[in-house]
Amino acid sequence: MGLVRGGSLVPDPFTDASSLGELPAGVPLIISLEQWQVRRDELLARGQPLGLRLRSDQSPTRIADDLAHFAVVALEFPKYRDGRAYTHARILKERLGYTGEIRAVGDVLQEQLHFMQRCGFNSFDVVAPDAEQAWRTVAGDHTVWYQATGDGRPRALDRRHRR
Amino acid sequence: MTGQMILANRLTDGRVVFLAADGRWVDDIAGGAVATAPGVASQLLATARVAESRNAVIEPCLIDIRQVAGHRQPVAWREAIRATGPTVRTDLPA
Amino acid sequence: MYRYDEFDHTLVAERIATFRRQVQRRLSGDLTEDQFKPLRLMNGLYLQLHAYMLRVNIPYGCLSARQLRQLAYIARRYDRNFGHFTTRQNIQYNWIRLDETPDVLAALAEVEMNAMQSSGNCVRNITADQYAGRARDEVEDPRPWCELIRQWSILHPEFSYLPRKFKIAVSGAPVDRAAVKFHDVGLYLRRNADGVVGFEVIAGGGQGRLPYVGHTIRDWLPKEDLLSYLEAILRIYNLGGRRDNPQKARIKVQVNALGPDEFRRLVDEEWAQIRRSALLAVPRAEIERIAAYFADPAWEVLADDPVAVTRQRGVDPGFDDWYRANVVAHRTPGYAIVNLSLKAPGIAPGDLTADQMDKVADLADRFSIGELRVSHRQNLVFPDVRQGDLPALWQELRALSLATPNIGQLTDIIACPGLDFCSLANARAIPVAQDLSRHFGDAAVLQDVGELTINISGCMNACGHHHVGNIGILGVEKNGQEFYQLTLGGSSGEDASLGDRLGRSISAADVPPAIDAIVARYRALRLADERFLDTYRRVGIEPFKEAVYGARAREVA
Repeated sequence: MGLVRGGSLVPDPFTDASSLGELPAGVPLIISLEQWQVRRDELLARGQPLGLRLRSDQSPTRIADDLAHFAVVALEFPKYRDGRAYTHARILKERLGYTGEIRAVGDVLQEQLHFMQRCGFNSFDVVAPDAEQAWRTVAGDHTVWYQATGDGRPRALDRRHRR
Repeated sequence: MTGQMILANRLTDGRVVFLAADGRWVDDIAGGAVATAPGVASQLLATARVAESRNAVIEPCLIDIRQVAGHRQPVAWREAIRATGPTVRTDLPA
Repeated sequence: MYRYDEFDHTLVAERIATFRRQVQRRLSGDLTEDQFKPLRLMNGLYLQLHAYMLRVNIPYGCLSARQLRQLAYIARRYDRNFGHFTTRQNIQYNWIRLDETPDVLAALAEVEMNAMQSSGNCVRNITADQYAGRARDEVEDPRPWCELIRQWSILHPEFSYLPRKFKIAVSGAPVDRAAVKFHDVGLYLRRNADGVVGFEVIAGGGQGRLPYVGHTIRDWLPKEDLLSYLEAILRIYNLGGRRDNPQKARIKVQVNALGPDEFRRLVDEEWAQIRRSALLAVPRAEIERIAAYFADPAWEVLADDPVAVTRQRGVDPGFDDWYRANVVAHRTPGYAIVNLSLKAPGIAPGDLTADQMDKVADLADRFSIGELRVSHRQNLVFPDVRQGDLPALWQELRALSLATPNIGQLTDIIACPGLDFCSLANARAIPVAQDLSRHFGDAAVLQDVGELTINISGCMNACGHHHVGNIGILGVEKNGQEFYQLTLGGSSGEDASLGDRLGRSISAADVPPAIDAIVARYRALRLADERFLDTYRRVGIEPFKEAVYGARAREVA
C-alpha cells in the first residue's frame, strides 16, 4: 500500500476520517459527503485543509458549488470492477473544472492505473506490496490512444492528421 | 463401485486433469485416485486446494463417479463430457 | 478493407506486450486466478470445460484471404485444426494453451487482427450486415462508421469497467441482417425527410435471460454526432446500470426500468454537455481516411445474368437450387454476393477446418477480390463474385462441402457450442443441429418450406439466438438429463419479435419429429407463398401446439 503521486511514493498529510464518528483534531481530514453535509461549519472552522471522499454512487456534481473547499477529492473503487469513478473523475476535472488532487482509493490495482490516470486521477492509493514498483511496471504500457480525455494526450487520429 | 475423484483444469493449457494418489495430476480418469470413504475425499480435496494455491490447477472440484462397463465415469453429465471430451468433432486429431 | 497504420499496429503490439507480462505473472504465481481472470477475459481468453478458448474479433464481419490463411495457420499450429464462427462475427479456438496465448495474439497482429475486448464488461466486437457495401437495398455502407466506433471503443479509459458487456451492431440497409434490435445499441443508417443520411439509434435490446426488443431512442442522428451520442449513452449506462446483480446489469434492464422516454431524456441531457466537445470531434479528414479503405474495388463493366449462368441453371437443378438459395443480388451489374454455407448435413454449425480455411482463402483470391465476410448466422460470404464465375465457384465449393443450398432455410441452423464446449451450458446444442440437418437433408423439402430459421442455444444466455429463431430451441437440464424447450415466432430482422414458448420441453430424440410436425402444420396452413413467420403470426401458436403435443396439448403444456 502507499500513495503514489507523480510516479513516486509520497507522504499522505491527510487522515481519512470518512468512516469515523469522532473527528481527530489538528490534522487535515478526508471526510464523507454525509459528514460535510451535516458538519460543514464545524469542518470549515478547523482551519485545516479538507478532503472529500465520494462513494461510487455519489456523483461529484452533488458538491459542484463546494469544490473550492477541498484540496483532495478521493473517488472510491469499492471493487475494481465498479467503473463508475472513471466517469466521476472525468466529470470532476473536465466539466466541473476541479484542479486539485483527484485521488483513487479503494480497490486500486496496478492494471487499472493507466485508465485512471487518463480519466483525471492524479494520485493513487495503490493496493500492492510496492506501490511505486506497480506504477513503474505499467507506466510504459501505452503510447497510443484512440480516445481524447482531459489529460491532453493526443488521439491516434490527431497524430495521423498532424503529419 | 462408486466413489469420488478430483477434477480440475491444468493452469498451463487448461486441460482437464485428475488428481492421482501420489499427488500428480493425470490426463486419464483411469489414473486418478478414487475416494470411497468421506475422510479420503476431503483429504484429496485438501491436496487439490494446495495445488490450486500453488497455481498448478484451476478450480479443482470433487466429483461423483461410478463404474460403467468396467470404466470410471462421472455421474453428472457435464463432468462426464469434461472427462471424455466433446461428443462432437471426434473426427479431428487431439 | 481497413488496414492498420503505424498507430494501430503500435497499440495492438503494446497490448500484447502487457498481456504477455500478465500471463508470465500468472504462470509464476504472482497473480491468482481471481486476479488474472479479468485480465485474460479482456484479451478474449476464456476457460471452458476442456481447455482455454480464445475468441478472436472479425470486426464487422470483414476478413481478407490473407487473414483467413493466418487463422488456418493458428488452427494448425496452436489448436486442433479447426475454428468456430460465432453469432457475433468472432472466430473461436477451443484448445489454446495459456502459455502460448501471447504468441497466438502476435500471430493475429501480423495480419491486423486481435482479440481485444472479445470478452469482459466492455464494448465488444462491432458487428454489421455481412452484405455491407454490396447490398442492393443499402442506404450507405456502414463499415467506415463501424471502424470509427471500433477505434473509439478500444481501451476506452472510461468505459472498460462497465456494469456488463456492451454489444453494438450497425446496418446500412432497411432489411436487417445483423439483429440490430437485439443489441445494447443498434444503429440503422437511414435518410431523414430531407434525404440526409444519419443514424436511427436503438438501445436496450438483447437476448439472454431477459430478452427485449430494443427501443428507438433517436429517430435520426447526424453522422458527425455519432461518437458524442454513443459516449453519452455509455456514460448514462456506466453510472446508472445495475451493478448489484449480473443478470440485471445489461443496459436493456436500465432502459426498460426507466422507460425509453426517461432514458432518452438522460442521454440527451448528457449529450447536450458533450456534443460540441473537441475531445469527441472527428475531423472530416479522418472519416475520409477511413472511408477510403472501403472504396469500391475496380469492378469490371459486366452485364447481369450472363448466358452461361442462365444455361447452367436450366440444365443443372443442383446449381439452380444453390443459385436460388445462396446467391444474392449485388449492387453492381454482372456481380453477385455468394453465401458459403457452413451448415452441410451433419456438420457443427459455424465450424471450418484449417484445410477448408486455406482452400476458401484461395477461392476468395480467385473469385472475390481476396475478401470475405462472416455472417451472424455463422456462414461465410464472398462479396464480389463475377456472375459468369458462379458455375465454376459452385463446383469448387461443392468439393469443399460449402455449397449446401440452404441459406435462410430450415437447415441453416444457428447453434452455440453448447455443453460440448461451454462451461455455462446446460445442454448440448451441436448434436441437435447435426440431427436436424441430416433429418432435413432433402433439398426439395427445404425449398418448399422456404424461409425458416432454427436457432439453438445450450442455455438461457442465448448465444444461439433461440429467442429470435422462427423456431427456437433452448437446451435445459432436468434431473441430470438434457431436454429442449421450443419457441415459435421469433425474428431478428427489422420486424423483430421474441419467440413464444410452445409447451413442455422434450428430449433430444423428440426434436426432429416435433420440427416435422411444426413444418407439416405450416405447409398445411400457409396461404400461397406465405413465409413460416407470417403464417405463425396469422394463425397463432395453438395449431402448432396441437401438432406437437396432440389434442391434449392444453392440459399438459
